[in-house]
Amino acid sequence: MEFRISDEQEMVVRMVRDFGQKEVLPIIREWDRRQEMAPQILPRMAELGILGICVPERYGGQGFDYLTLGLVCEELEAVDSTLRVVMSVHMGLNSLALLQWGTEAQRQAFLIPQARGEKIAGFGLTEPGVGSDVAAMASTARRQGEDYLLNGEKMWISLATKAHHILWFARTDLGSAGDPHDGISAFLLETDRPGVTRGDIHGKLGVRAGSTGWVHCQDVRLPAANRLGEEGEGFRIAMSCLDNGRYTVAAGATGLIRASLDASLRYANERRAFGRSISGFQLIQQKLAVMVQSYEAARLLYLRAGWMKNAGLRNTRETSLAKWYATDASFAAASEAIQIHGAYGYSDEYDVERYLRNSRGAMIYEGTSEIHQLMQAGYALGTRKDAQLRCELPAYDPTYWRAPGSAPAGRRTT
Amino acid sequence: MADRIFVYIDHHLGEAVVASWEALYAASTIAASMSSGVTALVVGDGVRSLAEEAIAHGASAAVVRESPSLKDFRPELYADVVSGVLKESRPEVLVLPTTGRTRELGAMVAVDLDTGVTPDAIALEVEESAVVATRPIYAGKLLTKEVSRTRRPQIVMVRSRAFPRPTPDTARKGPVDVAAVTPGASATEVLGYRASDGGVSLTDASVIVSGGRGVSNNGRLTPPPEITDEKQQEIWRAHQGFELIRQMASVLGAAVGASRAAVDAGYIPYSNQVGQTGKVVAPDLYIACGISGAIQHLAGMRTSKTIVAINKDPEAPIFKLARFGIVGDLYEIVPALTEAFRTQLGK
Amino acid sequence: MARPRLGAGGQEDDLNIVVCVKQTPDTAATVTVENGKVTWGDAPLVLNPWDEFAVEQSLRIKEAHGGKVTVISLGLEGAREALKQALAMGCDEAILLQDPSFAAADTLVASAALAAALRKLDPLDLALFGRTSVDSDTGVTAAQVARRLGWPSLTLVAAVVAVDPQGRTIEVERMLEEGRQQVRAQLPAVVSVVKEIGEPRYPSFMGIRKASKAEIPTWSAADMGLQAPSPAVTWPALIAPPRVNTHCEMISADSPGEAAAQLVQRLMEEKVL
Repeated sequence: MEFRISDEQEMVVRMVRDFGQKEVLPIIREWDRRQEMAPQILPRMAELGILGICVPERYGGQGFDYLTLGLVCEELEAVDSTLRVVMSVHMGLNSLALLQWGTEAQRQAFLIPQARGEKIAGFGLTEPGVGSDVAAMASTARRQGEDYLLNGEKMWISLATKAHHILWFARTDLGSAGDPHDGISAFLLETDRPGVTRGDIHGKLGVRAGSTGWVHCQDVRLPAANRLGEEGEGFRIAMSCLDNGRYTVAAGATGLIRASLDASLRYANERRAFGRSISGFQLIQQKLAVMVQSYEAARLLYLRAGWMKNAGLRNTRETSLAKWYATDASFAAASEAIQIHGAYGYSDEYDVERYLRNSRGAMIYEGTSEIHQLMQAGYALGTRKDAQLRCELPAYDPTYWRAPGSAPAGRRTT
Repeated sequence: MADRIFVYIDHHLGEAVVASWEALYAASTIAASMSSGVTALVVGDGVRSLAEEAIAHGASAAVVRESPSLKDFRPELYADVVSGVLKESRPEVLVLPTTGRTRELGAMVAVDLDTGVTPDAIALEVEESAVVATRPIYAGKLLTKEVSRTRRPQIVMVRSRAFPRPTPDTARKGPVDVAAVTPGASATEVLGYRASDGGVSLTDASVIVSGGRGVSNNGRLTPPPEITDEKQQEIWRAHQGFELIRQMASVLGAAVGASRAAVDAGYIPYSNQVGQTGKVVAPDLYIACGISGAIQHLAGMRTSKTIVAINKDPEAPIFKLARFGIVGDLYEIVPALTEAFRTQLGK
Repeated sequence: MARPRLGAGGQEDDLNIVVCVKQTPDTAATVTVENGKVTWGDAPLVLNPWDEFAVEQSLRIKEAHGGKVTVISLGLEGAREALKQALAMGCDEAILLQDPSFAAADTLVASAALAAALRKLDPLDLALFGRTSVDSDTGVTAAQVARRLGWPSLTLVAAVVAVDPQGRTIEVERMLEEGRQQVRAQLPAVVSVVKEIGEPRYPSFMGIRKASKAEIPTWSAADMGLQAPSPAVTWPALIAPPRVNTHCEMISADSPGEAAAQLVQRLMEEKVL
């Protein structure tokens, strides 16, 4: 068992860290205050290839493994959560779903431009009235010949107004009989289709330098070829997407713990009280020690999940555990970081209050901490078992991922 | 008998750089232990007067080698000439100031004569007839002593302002050996010169002069009558204060910084802000004018090598971090300092 | 030296460029002296920041004219990391120069080794360097290599104005204390660059992949037909300047002018200015 990342992964980490430090850190406070996403973020992440980091080269990606995706997310969130949110929805929830469930035609049409950063991708599961209770969703997709007609509203959608493609979930079985879990289907929705309207949501506690909004479909016509997976498979698809989305959240929250720790170490070494550096006080030291402990534990948990993904092993349980642990711990770490900073922690002159506000959302999205606790208890008690999926996330194979294959240059989707 | 210590007089188009006289001073400190005089070496075109200036600054003799093709500094040609002179005169030591030109020149002469070259020396001592130079390494975090024990000549370049400038005595006279030289062809052609772009960036600057809230604090200043708004009057006064700071920065070749308080108050743009939210800087010298020293500002500049604080309030926290402090009105102290710097640096 | 005009792709304009880099401790590292040697604890070793600018400029010139960039470094096994970073940024090939006779090298030895490598890689058009290395910080190696090869030395270059592969010239702007000097020189030439030359690119992901798999050959002194000179310079002592306990020295005088003069004098005495 090697507890070491490869030289190649080290170089990737360093590169992403440099990008974050040089291009995002100096401007992030300003954009967080404005509650807007800085316009250059998505184009730069696209340009640098980050948006396609673990997609096979033949599909326009950079050909790195799932572990590298986690490492990249840790680095991005250490600068600001909004950068990692991009990866969560674009890559974790959407692109990897195409890799797992998409037909070859769908991969060509959607995955390639997404991996190249030519199109931005999002995920449309949550509704104004539906969060944890996914099966109760109200959005519908009515079959009409070779098309579906989409109606419904999704809310709390990251990159709602920026995404070109949204993985949209809707009820296709409109009868009242039958298990609602089997009546949902997934669709690849292009946001420029007639009938699609979108808007931004402001006033969030955190992730303010990001883009969160709502998407509404009014009789949006979609060809059946845009359906991802089989009719009725939507719920299982959504859950499998969350395995990848919440993996990026776990990795990112780990980076947030590290950011809180680094900020606290810096400040503790600078600040003096009662005639000495506050780093000498035991109660401060305790807070630092706890941060170290939770950072290392969170990191090991997400790296294990990433390793399992590489190995093609089902990792729903391990990813859920990593996400629950890391997100709760990142909130606690940020809170303690503020405490260490004293009154200065309460001001946005320092980064730690932003860490706290950002961390709180991750305890709610991609499965609330409560949902994860229910999952873990279910696994432990044996009442919850993972069903076999028709399509699994492919195990990482460097030969397949790095063969140039047939992804043509400069191709655009309609 | 030829002097055993030569000093190269660096110049730009015939005008000596001040650092050359500092190099002369440095040479004179070791000349005594080596029982030697100091010969100035001047290379260029129409540079005879530099020989006399060198002697006035303490050289006992001078050697001048001229050619029209030496008007512009081209390292290959200058090195040819200097190496030629050294091969003939065989001094023990060649001292140069450290400039962009001399770094190349010293480097090349060292190769020609198969000897060592030590740039940026801040101290010189003589040990068993060898010159031991002290120079900074790792961005000045460490110092190393360096010596060329056996190879001769020893080539040492002294850092600017590490040695004082001798007071010139125009009554001093000494032998000047002038000769024309015919350098070979050169693969380099100097096309021209132009002034440098813009000012010094905060993050790169080795000297920073910063202003804080205190720059607007001057009741004796009367704003022009058209400015009636109190806040605007305050900003106008602050601009006067920052103008004084800019003048000092100009003399020192420094960047201008500001505390968050000054930026928030609208005195100066955010791009000048030093501190937690602004830029983190690590200059050799940080002069804080009218800055109290709140922790966020300190976080941005505490790794400065030397901090000088000027503040009306003797209890200001910045004095705890500063190496030197002056309690006083910055409107008086800053201009006085600017003058003093100007005199010292010969500007 | 008469040379065939075919570069890497056989195109008329192709330039054969070498960039010389060094691996150094991270500039943020705490550097101290232990047992008479410099130590930086477990701080990482990185590509000398100045050399990143040199690599960037090499790549820009290659992108403009076609050709090839080879990155070389005089160092120990660990220097392969620095070479890989340069490869990841886009250099085509890397070579490590390593030999027992290069240990305790001063610039005389280093420049001899680098010059020997450049001779072996000849015909070349340009050899680029960073202005200095952040550890030993002498800034003389580029000029010494140029002298050994008999090539023009263009140090402190802030801008490459033009490269004329047909006419075999390069035009640059150098940063001198007095301002910028515009110089034209014949190729092949040695160039050392300063920060103003332009921000170095990040390594691309493809570059990172190529770099981690790259085979980096080692050239010994014998491989280059070099009898390394013995170093001229030795370092008898290393001093870690003691952390000055900031006791603030208050300057007080009867007049601002006097206080100012006193302060300036103290600053000169402390060698601050």
